[in-house]
Amino acid sequence: MQLVLEKRAERSQTIALISPLIAIGLTIVTMSLLFVILGKNPLAALDAYSIAPLTDSYSLQEIAVKATPLVMIAIGLSLCYLANAWNIGAEGQFLIGAVAGSWIAVKTQGTEAGHWVLPAMLLAGAAAGALYALIPALCRVKFGASEILTSLMLVYVADLLLDYLVRGPWRDPAGFNFPTTAEFDPVATVPVLIEGGRLHLGAIIALLVVAGAFIVLGRTIKGFEIRVVGAAPRAARFGGFNADQLILLTFAVSGALAGLAGIIEVAGPVGHLQPGISPGYGFTAIIVAFLGRLNPVGILIAGLFLALTFIGGEQAQITMKIPLDVTKVFQGILLFYVLACDSLILYRFRLISASRQVHRGAG
Amino acid sequence: MANRLLAAAAALILSVAVGGTALAADKLKVGFIYLGPIGDLGWTYQHELARQALVKEFGDKIETTYLENVPEGPDAERAIEQLVRAGNKLIFTTSFGYMDPTLKVAKKYPNVHFEHATGYKRDKNMSTYSARWYQGRYIQGQIAAKMSKAGVLGYIGSFPIPEVISGINATMLGAQSINPNIKVKIIWVNTWFDPGKEADAAKALLDQGADIIMQHTDSPAAMQVAEERGKLAFGQDSEMIKFGPKAQLTSILDTWAPYYIARVKAELDGTWKEENTWGGLDSKMFEMAPYTNMPDDVKKLAEDTQAAITAGKLHPFKCPVLGQDGKEVECKGGDHLDDSQILSMNFYVKGVDDKLPGK
Repeated sequence: MQLVLEKRAERSQTIALISPLIAIGLTIVTMSLLFVILGKNPLAALDAYSIAPLTDSYSLQEIAVKATPLVMIAIGLSLCYLANAWNIGAEGQFLIGAVAGSWIAVKTQGTEAGHWVLPAMLLAGAAAGALYALIPALCRVKFGASEILTSLMLVYVADLLLDYLVRGPWRDPAGFNFPTTAEFDPVATVPVLIEGGRLHLGAIIALLVVAGAFIVLGRTIKGFEIRVVGAAPRAARFGGFNADQLILLTFAVSGALAGLAGIIEVAGPVGHLQPGISPGYGFTAIIVAFLGRLNPVGILIAGLFLALTFIGGEQAQITMKIPLDVTKVFQGILLFYVLACDSLILYRFRLISASRQVHRGAG
Repeated sequence: MANRLLAAAAALILSVAVGGTALAADKLKVGFIYLGPIGDLGWTYQHELARQALVKEFGDKIETTYLENVPEGPDAERAIEQLVRAGNKLIFTTSFGYMDPTLKVAKKYPNVHFEHATGYKRDKNMSTYSARWYQGRYIQGQIAAKMSKAGVLGYIGSFPIPEVISGINATMLGAQSINPNIKVKIIWVNTWFDPGKEADAAKALLDQGADIIMQHTDSPAAMQVAEERGKLAFGQDSEMIKFGPKAQLTSILDTWAPYYIARVKAELDGTWKEENTWGGLDSKMFEMAPYTNMPDDVKKLAEDTQAAITAGKLHPFKCPVLGQDGKEVECKGGDHLDDSQILSMNFYVKGVDDKLPGK
């Protein structure tokens, strides 16, 4: 006897729609069990994780702040993944964007530079991210090098470059040697939307990005091309679509979005360049992209949802004294169920008897 | 009549409810932001021990909450603000990198008091506190010079900030007082807590000929490497003897409890005010772990030095202090370097064969 995963002949549209709900339901059941084992009231714990953060404007703002870079990066990545190009290095593109934009901020610090500074920084961040993403894309197109590997390796290059700059040339002279630039000038800072809060212009840019991706993918030939090249490369070739060109394009766009997210994060919530500006946004965004099923609206929801688990995790630590590790387990279990449910839409388990297997082996 | 009864009942309920909240509000809420996991057995663990000491000391009068593993980036500000919004009135942020986020939140909530460890920015509702660990480093330098056969010390640095650099310098000045030709090799791991990196650094230093490991990072990983290789090492932040029963010479123990208790007491009494506390051996802001794995004469030397520093008779940075280039450093504190010079230390003393990163 053997258990195999077999592709389903047809997929149920209804199940596909409610699959995320099933996943969330299973997560709630599993987490409730875990909370009971930990001796916590499961209802109160689930409330702290997922309901309480949604009930006041402060937490809602924080969720948006946390989701902004995740959504922007994930949208770019979804274009790559739809076109069957595997950009794993968004974290590096994020950092390079932050570095390039910060360069302008550092160079204009304390000068009379006017309101052109911030737009220039955002442009520089996006351009640098795009160029940086083109390196693995070109290597793939010209030399057939695996873009998964090269894009990932470039993350460490970007990380170390940032490290070098803030420890050396760009270090704040008044910063007691700590590796950070001085605080950016007001003209080099992303404005906040609500006085006293942390919600910033980046959130609106992220929404525009979502809308843009929605239109491109749903309403344009380019969007159609991306889907076809990804889903049916042979058909795409017959259709005259150039797969290489598309790899370059999707990498450049996703790099630009990651770079833009990077400089927005630095010029917004952080306010200066320092190591550790990203708690792994570039990698978490991969999860967001797939959780959102590579669909712009789905990604927006997934990004907000993941941000909610971060904020909720902190509230659970504060109000329920639930350790941080439980939050990580929570996120892990959720992802597990989502992927499992999605897989079971396309596949099903079947028991195959040993005799049949031997027969098949002989044949 | 019925109306009256209703009103009376409502008044009763109201008074109970109000009384209830008043009772809850009487409890002082104290919050903590931790850099590592509470089980790091080093830096964060020591803060956690102090928090537990607070709970033991004040019992029902306070309620404590902590957030662990908070990165020193954009998330820190939110974490601190979450504690404020949960009603904490006194908040300890326990790492240098929380300085700017703490200041930002402090400006926003003038009625909440903040205590920031090891920083230099203060406000009317934000104090700083730290310990003169360089005093302990000086003692360790003397022990190391006595115990090293190779005459080479291996030093695992975290970040090249003044606190760490003054530690390296104090170590070297202590060591040079015993052996003027002592050498030190430094590896910067650019992290406070990463057991893997710390262990790798320890191995590399031993491979380069060092036979005593010193660290300014938070995990016991380097101690374990020294133990495995049959070499000697100094613990950091906490008692690490169980990771190196044959390796640990001593350890600088961060003992935050007395300070935390004093600050919470001040908050309860309504006498809390902004302060800059920089305590040394005399005020027990830190302590030395028992001197182990060394002959009696070295132990005696260490104890004598400790007593001299505690009594204020010996200052690790007594003038003249020579810079790496051999030139004398300006002496602003009379017969020793001024506190401000130590707090902003950005140079190596003579005999350190290394280039300051980023210089």
